[in-house]
Amino acid sequence: MADLQAGPSQLPPVAPVRPVDGAPAAVAPAPRRTGPAGTRRSPVARVLTWLALGAATVIFTYPLLWLISASFKPRSEVFDNRLIPKSFTFENYLTVWQEAPLALWLSNTVLVTVLAATTVTISSALVAWGFAFFRFRGRNVLFGLVLATMMLPGAVTMIPTFLIWNSLGQVGTLTPLWAGNLFGSAFYIFLLRQFFLGLPRELFEAARVDGANNWHMFSRIALPLCKPALVVTLLFEFQAAWTDLMRPLIYLRDSSTFTVPRGLKALLDQFGFGGDWHWELVVTASVITTVPMIVLFFIGQRHFVEGIATTGNKG
Amino acid sequence: MSSQAAPLRGPRAAKPVLRPGQRRNRRRARRAALLFISPWIAGFLIFTLWPVIYSAYLSLTDYDVINNPNFVGTANYAELFEDPKTALSLRNTFIYTAISVPAHVIVSLLLALLLNRAGRASGFFRTVFYLPKMTPPVAIGILVLLLFNGQNGLVNGFLGWFGIDGPAWTTDPSWIKPGLILMSLWTLGSSVIILLAALRDVPQELYDSAKVDGANSFQVTRSITLPMISGSLFFLVIINTIAGFQTFTEAYTAFFGSGNTTYSNDAALFYSIYLFQQAFEFLHMGYASAMAWVLFVIVLIVTVIQMVVSRRFVYYESGNNDG
Repeated sequence: MADLQAGPSQLPPVAPVRPVDGAPAAVAPAPRRTGPAGTRRSPVARVLTWLALGAATVIFTYPLLWLISASFKPRSEVFDNRLIPKSFTFENYLTVWQEAPLALWLSNTVLVTVLAATTVTISSALVAWGFAFFRFRGRNVLFGLVLATMMLPGAVTMIPTFLIWNSLGQVGTLTPLWAGNLFGSAFYIFLLRQFFLGLPRELFEAARVDGANNWHMFSRIALPLCKPALVVTLLFEFQAAWTDLMRPLIYLRDSSTFTVPRGLKALLDQFGFGGDWHWELVVTASVITTVPMIVLFFIGQRHFVEGIATTGNKG
Repeated sequence: MSSQAAPLRGPRAAKPVLRPGQRRNRRRARRAALLFISPWIAGFLIFTLWPVIYSAYLSLTDYDVINNPNFVGTANYAELFEDPKTALSLRNTFIYTAISVPAHVIVSLLLALLLNRAGRASGFFRTVFYLPKMTPPVAIGILVLLLFNGQNGLVNGFLGWFGIDGPAWTTDPSWIKPGLILMSLWTLGSSVIILLAALRDVPQELYDSAKVDGANSFQVTRSITLPMISGSLFFLVIINTIAGFQTFTEAYTAFFGSGNTTYSNDAALFYSIYLFQQAFEFLHMGYASAMAWVLFVIVLIVTVIQMVVSRRFVYYESGNNDG
């Protein structure tokens, strides 16, 4: 498991605040460079590089712009593929708001998302600290087990998990969508443990001399120093919980309990296929489902990028 | 703080002989550790270990949630190998994974190589490439139907510029999977970020000495860059393969569910979708459990094969590879 040791060394031991230059701290302390040195590029190669990057930018942004633009078009023009609507209307938003209990769906989703993200962050941090700080017999075996659970396809545990919630009478409620997070999640335990391992041990030995107990060392020293990793965990889980469709499909029955993605699927079934052909409403509901995630991304951009780059360092 | 402060997991000191007081401390540390870990232990027992055992048992039964499980031995597994829909869904999933994973990794690599040359602007492009990843998979499923619409979708409109008469992506069975694969490439932003991070970790000295030796750009990429980032490439192949075998939401949204009476969808019946239908639409919980175990075994075999094959290609810096 030497690969796990690669993590901490790449993160500054104590760096609650990082420079906002957009460079993920997890990447490299080396100075920024513009490409492999020694390969001085011809102007032609430079132009081609920028053309390719420009084309990629269009491909990656255009579908979202198309979607947002279409949500402001009247029904007959949704498919006209213009970027700027010929006739601009806000009608779709009003209609979809009347046709579907969107406010309810949004508040359900916010509730699930906030509970899922906070519980998984707290529990995973506790567990990660248990694995990072203490030395005890059986630790490596247990941690190996944590990693092994990541390999297990969700389908294997999906049915018995449903039966557990069913026997507890929770099917049809929002509980199964988040309560499992009370017990931590292997991926975040792994991620947070890597951050904790980067903290200098002297810090905690000094604190112990000053009379700090195990709980204080965790809550007052380790947690504040690992704020960036906690934010990454919160953001990742927020996104995962917000966008999940499979669990709402399994657990939610009544339209009043739907999350937004589940509701969006219901709207698609009703207005997309179901003979009514109101694609403008489906498009508008898609925008309402997607925009909160885009806002989240622009708020936590740097953390998303750092979190992803750290994940890849396992390789 | 001194820069050589030992991290929590430093080199292990030689084992000292314990005095009684130390032994007590050890016991205390163990108790504290287990307390911290206890949420995971409880979760593991309730939501992993028990489900794994019970799922294995269910796979040997007929179970519809209402009546008690009825033991049928290996009948579910026998049925599985004869069910043409299972074979179809497995075939669809293999095709999807076999094409989408290499495409995903290659395109990500090309974009990362481009980004590595973008200098100061790379931060901007990294953001742009990651943005689609924020789109909920349900919305991506809907985008498949809209953008790949055969008559007036954006994709065929674009192809029209070049005089190409685009296919009916969402209704022609032979074009459904290609459409889904193309759409899946839209969300490869996280792979680009991982590869870019790996590219920036390649030691500059290697490029410097290649320059001295007069290597050209192509040779540098092939002989230095690719071997140095092969660990990350391999990581992406593994996780994307595992994800590919479990692909569900986009295809389910676009082609399944109560509303769909207009689209032919056999070509989009992926294994996870069929499993979901068996479990929660037909309430064949025993059969679905057997399907889940077969999926597990397939993913395991494929991953092991990939690991064995990778030994020949993946280069790890010395000291960074013993696990």
